[in-house]
Amino acid sequence: MQKIVFQLNGHSVEALVEPHWTLLEFLRDHLELTGTKEGCGGGECGACTVLVDKKAVNSCLFPVLETEGCEIITIEGLMTPEGGLHPLQQAFINHGAVQCGFCSPGMLLSAKALLDENPHPTEEEIRLALAGNFCRCTGYTQIIEAVQSLGAYEVKEVSVMPRGEE
Amino acid sequence: MHSFEYLKPTSLDEAISLIESHGETAKFIAGGTDVITKIKEKKMSPHYLISLRHLPDLAGIQRDSEGILHLGALTTHRMLERSALIQKHYPALFDAVQNIGSVQVRNVATIGGNICNAVPSADGVIPLLTLGAHLTLVGPKGKRSLPLKSFFLGPGQTLMDHGEILTEFFIPPLLPQTSGAYIKHTRREAMELPILGVGMGLSLADDLKTCLKVRIGLGVAAPTPIRALQAEEYLTGKEVNTETLTEVGRLAAKETRMRDSIRGQAWYRREMVGVLINRLGMISLERITGTKK
Repeated sequence: MQKIVFQLNGHSVEALVEPHWTLLEFLRDHLELTGTKEGCGGGECGACTVLVDKKAVNSCLFPVLETEGCEIITIEGLMTPEGGLHPLQQAFINHGAVQCGFCSPGMLLSAKALLDENPHPTEEEIRLALAGNFCRCTGYTQIIEAVQSLGAYEVKEVSVMPRGEE
Repeated sequence: MHSFEYLKPTSLDEAISLIESHGETAKFIAGGTDVITKIKEKKMSPHYLISLRHLPDLAGIQRDSEGILHLGALTTHRMLERSALIQKHYPALFDAVQNIGSVQVRNVATIGGNICNAVPSADGVIPLLTLGAHLTLVGPKGKRSLPLKSFFLGPGQTLMDHGEILTEFFIPPLLPQTSGAYIKHTRREAMELPILGVGMGLSLADDLKTCLKVRIGLGVAAPTPIRALQAEEYLTGKEVNTETLTEVGRLAAKETRMRDSIRGQAWYRREMVGVLINRLGMISLERITGTKK
């Protein structure tokens, strides 16, 4: 096993990992952060999307040893400092963008990566940013509307909270 | 997943000495979107993965004072997609990389990896062929450069020796009045491998009508990505219009070695070569002259 040190949802983490683990299995099976989902395991569905140094990546294909020194945000890191919902999560609820919820963690993080870089995206830009996140339930319209609703005004920077801390 | 050691050399020399000592049990890994997928599908089972991510100066997009474009092999498709230089001056490459996989894939997957994976459909390869790209390999026996068009031997097979690392592409200076385009013919808008991929790099004479030089690249048209050399020769020196482009398309289709594939039968894809070449010609003219055709 090898030691890695990285930032996870705003908190410094030190862990022992096997070199052949993917980031996804490390998060789910060893850190028990099960918000990130495995859909296809092959980098095609986006259910495993997490943010590494502000960039959306498929954690099912990301070697765990490459997280050394990185800043990782998972869906668990999206809540406000008071423990409330991120504006994106509230928008998804308001617009009916969640049905079974399996794609939602990945969708939310891809949307966050987009809005952090481009606060007022066009519909086309939203579609391109979310093209790697598949949803079998909603037909995507409500998801796109939810993201658009946040583009309509300035999104305040929220600091992320590690799990289990006030 | 099959277990392996994951090594992170910090210099080319260290990477090469690692692969020499581990031999066939080791494989290089860049972004990993192809390598990890293959390991999961049990298409490869290396005991050692040697990461190229921490080798310095292998990622970057830079045009030197002579006009030669240097693309580091570790440059991600996302970096290429976001580059103003690529969008403006190498639009065929932009057309291709912005539709490879998804944002998640492009953030991690590298142009070098795309070429080394060497599938006949490789979207990264075709526009580089239309730009006359060369590549540099560094290995135990030293450094060598090759033209990209000679690099492929068959599906997934290249001229690379086992211990070699692809370090960069270089693209010769663009002639004036040059542009190009790439069309990825797909069933869906995104997250799709091409039914057919066609690219064109076109340079016009000062009259803005006559073709001075053209390169045409085709993907999923043969066991490797190919150039349509006879079609290119035909167009050189002629006016670029619908009539000549139709003949270019006909000649290019004859140069393909298509077989029926899971994403489209050979007869259909041969027909589409002509259709796409006509469109590529019009788009390239439009991009060079700045006027709608």
